Amino acid sequence: MAKKGDWVRIHSVVLKAEERTAKLPEDTQKCDLEQWTKGFLQEESAKVGDVVTVVTAVGRTEKGTLLEENPHYTHSYGEFVPEIIEIDRQLREIMNFGGEE
Amino acid sequence: MALAKDYQSVMGRSNDIQKEALGLDYAVFETSPISFDYEALMTSTGYTLEEIERIQGLYGVGNTPLLELRNMTKLARKYAKPGFGARIFAKDESCNASGSFKDRRAACAVAHAKKLGYKGVMAATSGNYGAAVASQAAMQGLNCIIVQECYDSKGVGQPEIVEKARKCEALGAEVVQLTVGPELFYSFLSILEDTGYFNASLYSPFGIAGVETLGYEIAMQCREKLGKDPDMVVCTTAGGGMVTGTGRGLQKAGCKAELVAASIDLTGLHMASDVQFNKKSCTTGHTGFGVPYATDPDHSDVPRSAARPLRYMDRYVTTTQGEVMYTTEMLANLEGIERGPAGNTALAAAFSLAQELPEDAILVVSETEYTGAGKHIQPQLAFARENGIEIKFGDPSEDKPGQNIVLPANPGLIKYKEADLNHFRQSLIKKSVKKAGVKPTDADLEFLAVETKTDVDFVKKTLEENGLL
Repeated sequence: MAKKGDWVRIHSVVLKAEERTAKLPEDTQKCDLEQWTKGFLQEESAKVGDVVTVVTAVGRTEKGTLLEENPHYTHSYGEFVPEIIEIDRQLREIMNFGGEE
Repeated sequence: MALAKDYQSVMGRSNDIQKEALGLDYAVFETSPISFDYEALMTSTGYTLEEIERIQGLYGVGNTPLLELRNMTKLARKYAKPGFGARIFAKDESCNASGSFKDRRAACAVAHAKKLGYKGVMAATSGNYGAAVASQAAMQGLNCIIVQECYDSKGVGQPEIVEKARKCEALGAEVVQLTVGPELFYSFLSILEDTGYFNASLYSPFGIAGVETLGYEIAMQCREKLGKDPDMVVCTTAGGGMVTGTGRGLQKAGCKAELVAASIDLTGLHMASDVQFNKKSCTTGHTGFGVPYATDPDHSDVPRSAARPLRYMDRYVTTTQGEVMYTTEMLANLEGIERGPAGNTALAAAFSLAQELPEDAILVVSETEYTGAGKHIQPQLAFARENGIEIKFGDPSEDKPGQNIVLPANPGLIKYKEADLNHFRQSLIKKSVKKAGVKPTDADLEFLAVETKTDVDFVKKTLEENGLL
Protein backbone atom coordinates (compact mmCIF):
# COMPACT_ATOMS: atom_id res chain seq x y z
CA MET A 1 0.00 0.00 0.00
CA ALA A 2 1.46 3.34 -1.07
CA LYS A 3 0.71 6.47 0.91
CA LYS A 4 0.57 10.14 0.03
CA GLY A 5 3.95 11.50 -1.03
CA ASP A 6 5.42 8.10 -1.96
CA TRP A 7 7.38 7.90 -5.22
CA VAL A 8 5.45 5.66 -7.62
CA ARG A 9 5.34 4.62 -11.27
CA ILE A 10 2.08 4.94 -13.18
CA HIS A 11 0.83 3.56 -16.48
CA SER A 12 -1.81 4.77 -18.90
CA VAL A 13 -3.14 4.02 -22.36
CA VAL A 14 -2.71 7.06 -24.58
CA LEU A 15 -4.49 5.59 -27.60
CA LYS A 16 -6.39 2.31 -27.80
CA ALA A 17 -5.39 0.08 -30.71
CA GLU A 18 -8.55 0.99 -32.65
CA GLU A 19 -7.86 4.72 -32.16
CA ARG A 20 -4.44 4.52 -33.80
CA THR A 21 -4.70 6.10 -37.23
CA ALA A 22 -1.01 6.64 -37.99
CA LYS A 23 0.63 4.56 -40.71
CA LEU A 24 1.77 1.53 -38.71
CA PRO A 25 2.93 -2.01 -39.40
CA GLU A 26 0.20 -4.61 -38.78
CA ASP A 27 1.68 -5.89 -35.51
CA THR A 28 1.86 -2.41 -33.94
CA GLN A 29 -1.65 -1.59 -35.19
CA LYS A 30 -2.97 -4.31 -32.85
CA CYS A 31 -1.36 -2.73 -29.76
CA ASP A 32 -2.45 0.14 -27.54
CA LEU A 33 -0.09 3.12 -27.31
CA GLU A 34 0.96 2.94 -23.66
CA GLN A 35 2.73 5.46 -21.47
CA TRP A 36 4.65 5.36 -18.18
CA THR A 37 5.91 8.07 -15.86
CA LYS A 38 6.78 8.56 -12.20
CA GLY A 39 5.83 10.97 -9.47
CA PHE A 40 4.70 11.64 -5.88
CA LEU A 41 1.36 10.00 -5.02
CA GLN A 42 -1.37 12.55 -4.27
CA GLU A 43 -4.03 10.24 -2.77
CA GLU A 44 -3.97 9.46 0.98
CA SER A 45 -3.29 5.83 0.11
CA ALA A 46 -3.50 3.55 -2.92
CA LYS A 47 -2.64 0.05 -3.99
CA VAL A 48 -1.24 -1.31 -7.23
CA GLY A 49 -3.98 -1.23 -9.89
CA ASP A 50 -5.77 1.86 -8.50
CA VAL A 51 -6.21 4.91 -10.71
CA VAL A 52 -4.16 7.62 -9.03
CA THR A 53 -2.76 11.13 -9.48
CA VAL A 54 0.94 11.95 -9.21
CA VAL A 55 3.01 15.11 -9.29
CA THR A 56 6.07 14.44 -11.47
CA ALA A 57 9.70 15.57 -11.07
CA VAL A 58 8.95 18.86 -12.85
CA GLY A 59 5.69 19.45 -10.95
CA ARG A 60 3.30 18.28 -13.62
CA THR A 61 0.10 16.50 -12.58
CA GLU A 62 -0.53 13.20 -14.34
CA LYS A 63 -3.15 10.47 -13.86
CA GLY A 64 -2.67 6.75 -14.40
CA THR A 65 -2.88 3.28 -12.94
CA LEU A 66 -0.50 2.67 -10.06
CA LEU A 67 2.03 0.10 -11.27
CA GLU A 68 4.91 0.14 -8.83
CA GLU A 69 5.80 1.67 -5.46
CA ASN A 70 9.42 2.78 -4.96
CA PRO A 71 10.29 1.96 -8.59
CA HIS A 72 13.91 1.05 -9.26
CA TYR A 73 16.04 0.06 -12.22
CA THR A 74 17.13 -3.51 -12.84
CA HIS A 75 19.09 -3.18 -16.08
CA SER A 76 22.61 -4.50 -15.76
CA TYR A 77 25.76 -5.59 -17.55
CA GLY A 78 23.87 -8.68 -18.67
CA GLU A 79 24.57 -12.39 -18.56
CA PHE A 80 28.01 -13.73 -19.45
CA VAL A 81 28.64 -13.80 -23.20
CA PRO A 82 31.57 -16.17 -23.90
CA GLU A 83 32.18 -14.71 -27.38
CA ILE A 84 33.43 -11.47 -25.79
CA ILE A 85 36.27 -13.30 -24.04
CA GLU A 86 37.13 -14.96 -27.35
CA ILE A 87 37.37 -11.56 -29.11
CA ASP A 88 39.71 -10.31 -26.36
CA ARG A 89 41.92 -13.40 -26.59
CA GLN A 90 42.11 -13.22 -30.39
CA LEU A 91 42.99 -9.53 -30.51
CA ARG A 92 45.70 -9.78 -27.89
CA GLU A 93 47.18 -12.81 -29.63
CA ILE A 94 47.30 -11.07 -33.05
CA MET A 95 48.89 -8.02 -31.46
CA ASN A 96 51.28 -10.22 -29.50
CA PHE A 97 50.69 -8.29 -26.27
CA GLY A 98 53.28 -9.24 -23.68
CA GLY A 99 55.41 -10.96 -26.33
CA GLU A 100 58.54 -10.05 -28.30
CA GLU A 101 58.40 -6.85 -30.39
CA MET B 1 -12.32 27.04 -21.96
CA ALA B 2 -9.95 24.10 -21.75
CA LEU B 3 -8.52 22.96 -25.07
CA ALA B 4 -9.56 19.55 -26.38
CA LYS B 5 -6.67 17.15 -25.82
CA ASP B 6 -7.68 14.27 -28.07
CA TYR B 7 -5.30 13.10 -30.81
CA GLN B 8 -6.96 14.91 -33.74
CA SER B 9 -7.28 18.21 -31.87
CA VAL B 10 -3.70 18.30 -30.60
CA MET B 11 -2.22 17.23 -33.95
CA GLY B 12 -4.39 19.87 -35.63
CA ARG B 13 -2.73 22.53 -33.46
CA SER B 14 0.75 21.15 -34.19
CA ASN B 15 2.05 24.19 -36.10
CA ASP B 16 0.91 26.67 -33.45
CA ILE B 17 2.28 24.57 -30.60
CA GLN B 18 5.64 24.25 -32.33
CA LYS B 19 5.83 27.96 -33.09
CA GLU B 20 5.18 28.79 -29.42
CA ALA B 21 7.64 26.15 -28.28
CA LEU B 22 10.55 27.22 -30.48
CA GLY B 23 10.12 30.98 -30.41
CA LEU B 24 10.80 30.77 -34.15
CA ASP B 25 8.48 31.17 -37.11
CA TYR B 26 9.71 28.87 -39.86
CA ALA B 27 7.27 30.35 -42.38
CA VAL B 28 9.53 33.35 -42.97
CA PHE B 29 12.23 31.09 -44.42
CA GLU B 30 9.98 29.45 -47.00
CA THR B 31 10.76 30.64 -50.52
CA SER B 32 8.53 28.28 -52.53
CA PRO B 33 6.53 25.07 -51.91
CA ILE B 34 9.81 23.19 -52.48
CA SER B 35 12.57 25.51 -51.28
CA PHE B 36 13.49 27.43 -48.17
CA ASP B 37 16.44 29.60 -47.19
CA TYR B 38 18.53 27.16 -45.15
CA GLU B 39 21.41 29.54 -44.50
CA ALA B 40 18.98 32.22 -43.30
CA LEU B 41 17.47 29.68 -40.90
CA MET B 42 20.94 28.80 -39.60
CA THR B 43 22.03 32.42 -39.14
CA SER B 44 18.69 33.33 -37.54
CA THR B 45 20.04 31.79 -34.35
CA GLY B 46 22.32 34.79 -34.08
CA TYR B 47 25.04 32.55 -32.68
CA THR B 48 28.46 32.74 -34.28
CA LEU B 49 30.95 29.92 -33.90
CA GLU B 50 32.81 32.00 -31.28
CA GLU B 51 29.62 32.58 -29.29
CA ILE B 52 28.79 28.88 -29.36
CA GLU B 53 32.32 28.04 -28.18
CA ARG B 54 31.83 30.49 -25.32
CA ILE B 55 28.48 28.99 -24.27
CA GLN B 56 29.77 25.42 -24.52
CA GLY B 57 32.87 26.40 -22.56
CA LEU B 58 30.67 27.64 -19.71
CA TYR B 59 28.82 24.33 -19.43
CA GLY B 60 31.41 21.57 -19.64
CA VAL B 61 31.08 20.99 -23.36
CA GLY B 62 33.63 20.83 -26.16
CA ASN B 63 37.42 20.87 -26.43
CA THR B 64 37.44 17.10 -26.10
CA PRO B 65 40.69 15.17 -26.60
CA LEU B 66 41.70 13.90 -30.04
CA LEU B 67 43.13 10.47 -29.29
CA GLU B 68 45.42 8.55 -31.63
CA LEU B 69 44.42 4.89 -31.77
CA ARG B 70 47.89 3.50 -32.37
CA ASN B 71 47.23 -0.18 -31.80
CA MET B 72 44.13 -0.17 -33.95
CA THR B 73 46.11 1.54 -36.70
CA LYS B 74 48.83 -1.12 -36.34
CA LEU B 75 46.20 -3.86 -36.54
CA ALA B 76 44.48 -2.30 -39.59
CA ARG B 77 47.86 -2.18 -41.39
CA LYS B 78 48.18 -5.97 -41.02
CA TYR B 79 45.24 -6.26 -43.43
CA ALA B 80 46.22 -3.44 -45.81
CA LYS B 81 48.50 -3.39 -48.87
CA PRO B 82 52.13 -2.36 -48.06
CA GLY B 83 52.30 1.39 -47.46
CA PHE B 84 48.59 1.62 -46.66
CA GLY B 85 46.67 2.05 -43.41
CA ALA B 86 45.91 5.62 -42.36
CA ARG B 87 46.57 6.82 -38.82
CA ILE B 88 43.24 6.50 -36.97
CA PHE B 89 42.18 9.14 -34.44
CA ALA B 90 39.00 9.47 -32.41
CA LYS B 91 37.45 12.57 -30.92
CA ASP B 92 36.70 11.47 -27.35
CA GLU B 93 33.27 13.04 -27.12
CA SER B 94 32.43 10.94 -24.07
CA CYS B 95 34.39 13.62 -22.16
CA ASN B 96 31.50 16.07 -22.59
CA ALA B 97 29.42 16.73 -19.46
CA SER B 98 26.80 14.03 -20.03
CA GLY B 99 29.01 11.68 -22.02
CA SER B 100 28.32 12.29 -25.69
CA PHE B 101 28.58 14.84 -28.52
CA LYS B 102 24.88 15.56 -27.96
CA ASP B 103 25.91 18.03 -25.24
CA ARG B 104 27.03 20.34 -28.03
CA ARG B 105 23.47 20.40 -29.38
CA ALA B 106 21.85 20.68 -25.97
CA ALA B 107 24.09 23.47 -24.60
CA CYS B 108 22.98 25.95 -27.22
CA ALA B 109 19.33 24.89 -27.27
CA VAL B 110 19.05 25.19 -23.49
CA ALA B 111 20.93 28.51 -23.38
CA HIS B 112 18.56 29.82 -26.04
CA ALA B 113 15.50 28.63 -24.09
CA LYS B 114 16.83 30.37 -21.00
CA LYS B 115 17.49 33.58 -22.90
CA LEU B 116 13.91 33.58 -24.21
CA GLY B 117 12.53 33.08 -20.70
CA TYR B 118 11.15 29.54 -20.92
CA LYS B 119 10.77 27.69 -17.60
CA GLY B 120 11.74 24.32 -18.97
CA VAL B 121 12.85 22.32 -21.98
CA MET B 122 11.51 19.20 -23.61
CA ALA B 123 12.96 16.75 -26.08
CA ALA B 124 11.65 13.64 -27.80
CA THR B 125 14.55 11.19 -27.88
CA SER B 126 15.49 7.65 -26.94
CA GLY B 127 19.15 8.49 -27.43
CA ASN B 128 22.00 10.25 -25.66
CA TYR B 129 20.35 13.57 -26.41
CA GLY B 130 17.97 13.06 -23.46
CA ALA B 131 20.82 13.00 -20.96
CA ALA B 132 22.45 15.93 -22.73
CA VAL B 133 19.33 18.11 -22.43
CA ALA B 134 18.77 16.98 -18.84
CA SER B 135 22.39 17.79 -17.96
CA GLN B 136 22.33 21.21 -19.58
CA ALA B 137 18.92 22.00 -18.04
CA ALA B 138 20.37 21.16 -14.62
CA MET B 139 23.42 23.38 -15.21
CA GLN B 140 21.38 26.26 -16.54
CA GLY B 141 18.59 25.98 -13.97
CA LEU B 142 15.60 24.89 -16.06
CA ASN B 143 13.09 22.06 -15.77
CA CYS B 144 13.36 19.18 -18.21
CA ILE B 145 11.04 16.52 -19.63
CA ILE B 146 12.30 13.77 -21.93
CA VAL B 147 9.84 11.68 -23.94
CA GLN B 148 11.21 8.36 -25.15
CA GLU B 149 10.06 5.34 -27.14
CA CYS B 150 11.25 2.58 -24.84
CA TYR B 151 9.05 -0.51 -24.60
CA ASP B 152 7.36 -3.14 -26.73
CA SER B 153 3.73 -4.12 -26.02
CA LYS B 154 4.92 -6.66 -23.42
CA GLY B 155 6.54 -3.83 -21.48
CA VAL B 156 10.05 -5.09 -22.29
CA GLY B 157 12.50 -2.22 -22.65
CA GLN B 158 15.68 -2.03 -24.71
CA PRO B 159 18.50 -2.15 -22.11
CA GLU B 160 20.28 0.72 -23.86
CA ILE B 161 17.19 2.95 -23.74
CA VAL B 162 16.37 2.02 -20.13
CA GLU B 163 19.86 3.16 -19.15
CA LYS B 164 19.30 6.45 -20.92
CA ALA B 165 16.06 6.94 -18.94
CA ARG B 166 17.93 6.27 -15.70
CA LYS B 167 20.57 8.82 -16.58
CA CYS B 168 17.96 11.49 -17.42
CA GLU B 169 16.25 10.90 -14.06
CA ALA B 170 19.61 11.00 -12.27
CA LEU B 171 20.10 14.45 -13.78
CA GLY B 172 16.73 15.62 -12.46
CA ALA B 173 14.51 15.25 -15.53
CA GLU B 174 11.06 13.74 -15.76
CA VAL B 175 11.04 10.85 -18.21
CA VAL B 176 7.84 9.92 -20.05
CA GLN B 177 8.14 6.51 -21.68
CA LEU B 178 6.00 5.08 -24.45
CA THR B 179 5.53 1.94 -26.47
CA VAL B 180 6.54 1.78 -30.12
CA GLY B 181 4.96 4.14 -32.63
CA PRO B 182 5.19 7.57 -34.24
CA GLU B 183 2.24 8.87 -32.19
CA LEU B 184 4.84 9.61 -29.52
CA PHE B 185 4.76 13.00 -31.20
CA TYR B 186 1.16 13.46 -29.99
CA SER B 187 2.13 12.88 -26.35
CA PHE B 188 5.11 15.16 -26.86
CA LEU B 189 3.06 18.01 -28.34
CA SER B 190 0.34 17.63 -25.74
CA ILE B 191 2.78 17.98 -22.83
CA LEU B 192 4.60 20.79 -24.64
CA GLU B 193 1.30 22.65 -24.93
CA ASP B 194 0.37 22.09 -21.27
CA THR B 195 3.75 23.11 -19.86
CA GLY B 196 4.69 25.92 -22.26
CA TYR B 197 8.25 24.55 -22.29
CA PHE B 198 10.80 25.10 -25.04
CA ASN B 199 11.10 22.37 -27.70
CA ALA B 200 14.83 21.59 -27.49
CA SER B 201 14.48 19.69 -30.74
CA LEU B 202 17.45 17.74 -32.04
CA TYR B 203 16.77 19.37 -35.38
CA SER B 204 16.58 23.06 -34.46
CA PRO B 205 19.14 25.51 -35.89
CA PHE B 206 20.47 26.08 -32.32
CA GLY B 207 21.12 22.38 -31.91
CA ILE B 208 22.86 21.90 -35.24
CA ALA B 209 24.90 25.10 -34.91
CA GLY B 210 26.16 23.59 -31.64
CA VAL B 211 27.75 20.68 -33.53
CA GLU B 212 29.75 23.00 -35.78
CA THR B 213 32.36 23.33 -33.03
CA LEU B 214 33.03 19.60 -33.35
CA GLY B 215 34.08 19.84 -37.01
CA TYR B 216 36.00 23.01 -36.28
CA GLU B 217 37.89 21.43 -33.37
CA ILE B 218 38.78 18.37 -35.46
CA ALA B 219 40.41 20.56 -38.11
CA MET B 220 42.19 22.77 -35.58
CA GLN B 221 43.48 19.92 -33.40
CA CYS B 222 44.85 18.09 -36.46
CA ARG B 223 46.64 21.26 -37.54
CA GLU B 224 48.10 21.84 -34.06
CA LYS B 225 49.09 18.24 -33.28
CA LEU B 226 49.92 16.90 -36.71
CA GLY B 227 50.66 19.98 -38.74
CA LYS B 228 48.12 19.04 -41.38
CA ASP B 229 44.43 18.65 -42.07
CA PRO B 230 42.65 15.32 -41.74
CA ASP B 231 42.16 13.49 -45.04
CA MET B 232 38.95 11.78 -43.98
CA VAL B 233 36.41 12.32 -41.20
CA VAL B 234 33.97 9.50 -40.47
CA CYS B 235 30.70 10.29 -38.67
CA THR B 236 28.05 7.89 -37.40
CA THR B 237 24.74 8.98 -38.88
CA ALA B 238 21.18 8.56 -37.62
CA GLY B 239 19.20 11.80 -37.60
CA GLY B 240 21.93 13.53 -39.61
CA GLY B 241 22.91 16.21 -37.09
CA MET B 242 26.45 14.93 -36.57
CA VAL B 243 27.19 14.87 -40.31
CA THR B 244 25.60 18.28 -40.86
CA GLY B 245 27.21 20.08 -37.94
CA THR B 246 30.62 18.46 -38.39
CA GLY B 247 30.51 19.19 -42.13
CA ARG B 248 29.65 22.84 -41.49
CA GLY B 249 32.38 23.15 -38.86
CA LEU B 250 35.01 21.65 -41.17
CA GLN B 251 33.95 24.09 -43.88
CA LYS B 252 34.20 27.01 -41.45
CA ALA B 253 37.77 25.90 -40.71
CA GLY B 254 38.49 25.75 -44.44
CA CYS B 255 39.14 22.00 -44.18
CA LYS B 256 38.42 19.86 -47.24
CA ALA B 257 38.54 16.41 -45.64
CA GLU B 258 36.37 13.77 -47.27
CA LEU B 259 33.26 13.39 -45.07
CA VAL B 260 32.02 9.82 -44.75
CA ALA B 261 28.71 8.96 -43.06
CA ALA B 262 28.39 5.52 -41.49
CA SER B 263 25.36 3.59 -40.21
CA ILE B 264 24.75 0.07 -39.01
CA ASP B 265 22.80 -1.75 -41.70
CA LEU B 266 19.43 -2.77 -40.26
CA THR B 267 17.71 -3.21 -43.61
CA GLY B 268 14.61 -5.35 -43.25
CA LEU B 269 13.69 -4.30 -39.70
CA HIS B 270 10.71 -1.94 -39.55
CA MET B 271 11.32 0.88 -37.09
CA ALA B 272 7.67 1.14 -36.01
CA SER B 273 7.17 -2.62 -35.58
CA ASP B 274 6.25 -3.77 -32.09
CA VAL B 275 7.66 -7.26 -32.64
CA GLN B 276 10.88 -6.11 -34.32
CA PHE B 277 11.56 -3.33 -31.78
CA ASN B 278 13.53 -5.61 -29.48
CA LYS B 279 15.13 -7.57 -32.33
CA LYS B 280 17.44 -4.62 -32.82
CA SER B 281 20.61 -4.93 -30.80
CA CYS B 282 21.80 -1.36 -31.33
CA THR B 283 19.13 1.31 -30.95
CA THR B 284 20.74 4.15 -32.84
CA GLY B 285 23.32 4.91 -35.50
CA HIS B 286 21.53 2.58 -37.89
CA THR B 287 20.01 2.83 -41.36
CA GLY B 288 16.48 2.77 -39.89
CA PHE B 289 17.11 6.41 -38.93
CA GLY B 290 20.05 7.25 -41.17
CA VAL B 291 18.39 6.68 -44.54
CA PRO B 292 14.94 8.26 -43.92
CA TYR B 293 16.46 11.32 -42.22
CA ALA B 294 18.96 11.77 -45.07
CA THR B 295 16.40 11.42 -47.86
CA ASP B 296 13.49 13.21 -46.12
CA PRO B 297 14.92 15.48 -43.41
CA ASP B 298 11.67 17.35 -42.83
CA HIS B 299 9.74 14.55 -41.13
CA SER B 300 11.14 15.42 -37.69
CA ASP B 301 9.62 17.38 -34.80
CA VAL B 302 10.23 20.82 -36.40
CA PRO B 303 8.78 22.23 -39.64
CA ARG B 304 12.22 22.39 -41.31
CA SER B 305 15.09 20.32 -40.01
CA ALA B 306 18.45 22.04 -39.65
CA ALA B 307 20.07 18.60 -40.04
CA ARG B 308 20.47 18.07 -43.78
CA PRO B 309 23.23 15.48 -44.09
CA LEU B 310 23.12 15.03 -47.89
CA ARG B 311 24.37 18.61 -48.21
CA TYR B 312 27.63 17.60 -46.54
CA MET B 313 28.42 13.91 -46.95
CA ASP B 314 30.74 12.68 -49.70
CA ARG B 315 30.08 8.99 -49.09
CA TYR B 316 27.66 6.83 -47.11
CA VAL B 317 28.91 3.46 -45.88
CA THR B 318 27.33 0.75 -43.75
CA THR B 319 28.63 -1.70 -41.17
CA THR B 320 26.94 -4.54 -39.28
CA GLN B 321 25.95 -4.89 -35.62
CA GLY B 322 28.54 -7.66 -35.20
CA GLU B 323 31.32 -5.51 -36.65
CA VAL B 324 30.45 -2.58 -34.37
CA MET B 325 30.37 -4.82 -31.29
CA TYR B 326 33.69 -6.43 -32.22
CA THR B 327 35.23 -2.99 -32.77
CA THR B 328 33.92 -1.78 -29.41
CA GLU B 329 35.76 -4.65 -27.74
CA MET B 330 38.83 -3.81 -29.87
CA LEU B 331 38.79 -0.22 -28.60
CA ALA B 332 38.66 -1.47 -25.01
CA ASN B 333 41.31 -4.17 -25.36
CA LEU B 334 43.79 -2.52 -27.70
CA GLU B 335 43.43 1.13 -26.73
CA GLY B 336 42.33 0.84 -23.11
CA ILE B 337 39.22 2.94 -23.70
CA GLU B 338 35.85 1.46 -22.80
CA ARG B 339 33.09 3.31 -24.64
CA GLY B 340 29.46 2.73 -25.68
CA PRO B 341 28.85 0.68 -28.82
CA ALA B 342 26.56 2.97 -30.85
CA GLY B 343 29.20 5.69 -31.04
CA ASN B 344 31.62 3.13 -32.47
CA THR B 345 29.64 2.63 -35.69
CA ALA B 346 31.92 5.09 -37.47
CA LEU B 347 34.97 3.49 -35.81
CA ALA B 348 34.11 0.06 -37.28
CA ALA B 349 33.81 1.64 -40.73
CA ALA B 350 37.01 3.62 -40.13
CA PHE B 351 39.01 0.48 -39.31
CA SER B 352 38.21 -0.77 -42.80
CA LEU B 353 38.34 2.61 -44.62
CA ALA B 354 41.81 3.31 -43.17
CA GLN B 355 43.16 0.27 -45.02
CA GLU B 356 42.49 2.00 -48.34
CA LEU B 357 44.35 5.20 -47.44
CA PRO B 358 48.15 5.64 -47.44
CA GLU B 359 50.02 5.36 -44.13
CA ASP B 360 50.62 9.09 -43.87
CA ALA B 361 46.91 9.90 -44.23
CA ILE B 362 44.91 11.09 -41.21
CA LEU B 363 41.50 9.58 -40.53
CA VAL B 364 39.38 11.02 -37.71
CA VAL B 365 36.36 9.33 -36.17
CA SER B 366 34.15 12.14 -34.90
CA GLU B 367 32.89 10.66 -31.61
CA THR B 368 32.88 8.24 -28.74
CA GLU B 369 30.04 7.95 -26.21
CA TYR B 370 29.80 6.92 -22.55
CA THR B 371 29.17 3.32 -21.58
CA GLY B 372 27.29 1.88 -18.63
CA ALA B 373 24.85 -0.84 -17.55
CA GLY B 374 22.61 -1.67 -20.51
CA LYS B 375 24.66 0.49 -22.84
CA HIS B 376 27.43 -2.00 -23.38
CA ILE B 377 28.00 -4.95 -25.70
CA GLN B 378 27.55 -7.60 -22.99
CA PRO B 379 23.96 -6.70 -22.00
CA GLN B 380 23.19 -6.01 -25.65
CA LEU B 381 24.43 -9.40 -26.82
CA ALA B 382 22.79 -11.13 -23.83
CA PHE B 383 19.51 -9.36 -24.65
CA ALA B 384 19.82 -10.40 -28.30
CA ARG B 385 20.29 -14.03 -27.26
CA GLU B 386 17.21 -13.82 -24.97
CA ASN B 387 15.25 -12.54 -27.96
CA GLY B 388 16.22 -15.52 -30.11
CA ILE B 389 18.95 -13.81 -32.12
CA GLU B 390 21.74 -16.19 -33.14
CA ILE B 391 25.21 -14.97 -32.16
CA LYS B 392 28.14 -16.53 -33.96
CA PHE B 393 31.61 -15.92 -35.36
CA GLY B 394 31.81 -15.81 -39.13
CA ASP B 395 31.87 -13.53 -42.13
CA PRO B 396 29.87 -10.32 -41.43
CA SER B 397 28.51 -10.53 -44.98
CA GLU B 398 26.23 -13.31 -43.62
CA ASP B 399 24.61 -10.77 -41.27
CA LYS B 400 20.79 -10.80 -41.22
CA PRO B 401 19.37 -8.03 -38.98
CA GLY B 402 16.79 -9.40 -36.55
CA GLN B 403 17.97 -12.98 -37.06
CA ASN B 404 21.66 -13.08 -36.25
CA ILE B 405 24.68 -11.12 -35.11
CA VAL B 406 27.81 -12.25 -36.93
CA LEU B 407 30.96 -11.31 -35.04
CA PRO B 408 33.86 -11.19 -37.50
CA ALA B 409 35.91 -14.42 -37.24
CA ASN B 410 39.01 -12.23 -37.52
CA PRO B 411 39.57 -8.45 -37.76
CA GLY B 412 40.41 -8.74 -41.46
CA LEU B 413 36.75 -9.55 -42.14
CA ILE B 414 35.57 -6.12 -40.96
CA LYS B 415 34.60 -4.50 -44.24
CA TYR B 416 32.39 -1.50 -44.76
CA LYS B 417 29.82 -1.55 -47.58
CA GLU B 418 29.48 1.43 -49.87
CA ALA B 419 25.87 2.59 -50.02
CA ASP B 420 24.56 4.13 -53.24
CA LEU B 421 24.68 7.81 -52.33
CA ASN B 422 23.27 8.90 -55.69
CA HIS B 423 20.24 6.73 -55.03
CA PHE B 424 19.63 8.61 -51.74
CA ARG B 425 20.14 11.94 -53.52
CA GLN B 426 17.58 10.98 -56.17
CA SER B 427 15.22 9.88 -53.44
CA LEU B 428 15.43 13.29 -51.70
CA ILE B 429 14.85 15.13 -54.99
CA LYS B 430 11.80 13.02 -55.88
CA LYS B 431 10.27 13.23 -52.39
CA SER B 432 10.70 17.02 -52.20
CA VAL B 433 8.96 17.60 -55.52
CA LYS B 434 6.20 15.04 -54.96
CA LYS B 435 5.45 16.40 -51.47
CA ALA B 436 5.16 19.98 -52.81
CA GLY B 437 2.98 18.86 -55.73
CA VAL B 438 4.18 21.69 -57.98
CA LYS B 439 6.47 21.99 -60.99
CA PRO B 440 9.92 23.10 -59.76
CA THR B 441 11.23 26.50 -60.82
CA ASP B 442 14.87 27.20 -61.76
CA ALA B 443 15.45 28.38 -58.18
CA ASP B 444 14.02 25.09 -56.89
CA LEU B 445 16.38 23.11 -59.11
CA GLU B 446 19.31 25.02 -57.68
CA PHE B 447 18.00 24.50 -54.14
CA LEU B 448 17.74 20.74 -54.73
CA ALA B 449 21.26 20.65 -56.18
CA VAL B 450 22.60 22.23 -52.96
CA GLU B 451 20.39 19.94 -50.86
CA THR B 452 22.04 16.91 -52.44
CA LYS B 453 25.59 18.23 -53.07
CA THR B 454 25.06 17.66 -56.79
CA ASP B 455 24.39 20.02 -59.71
CA VAL B 456 21.35 21.25 -61.61
CA ASP B 457 21.93 18.71 -64.40
CA PHE B 458 21.76 15.85 -61.88
CA VAL B 459 18.52 17.23 -60.42
CA LYS B 460 16.97 17.74 -63.87
CA LYS B 461 17.92 14.26 -65.04
CA THR B 462 16.43 12.70 -61.88
CA LEU B 463 13.17 14.59 -62.29
CA GLU B 464 12.91 13.90 -66.03
CA GLU B 465 13.47 10.18 -65.54
CA ASN B 466 10.59 10.18 -63.08
CA GLY B 467 8.22 12.35 -65.09
CA LEU B 468 8.41 15.16 -62.52
CA LEU B 469 9.73 17.96 -64.74
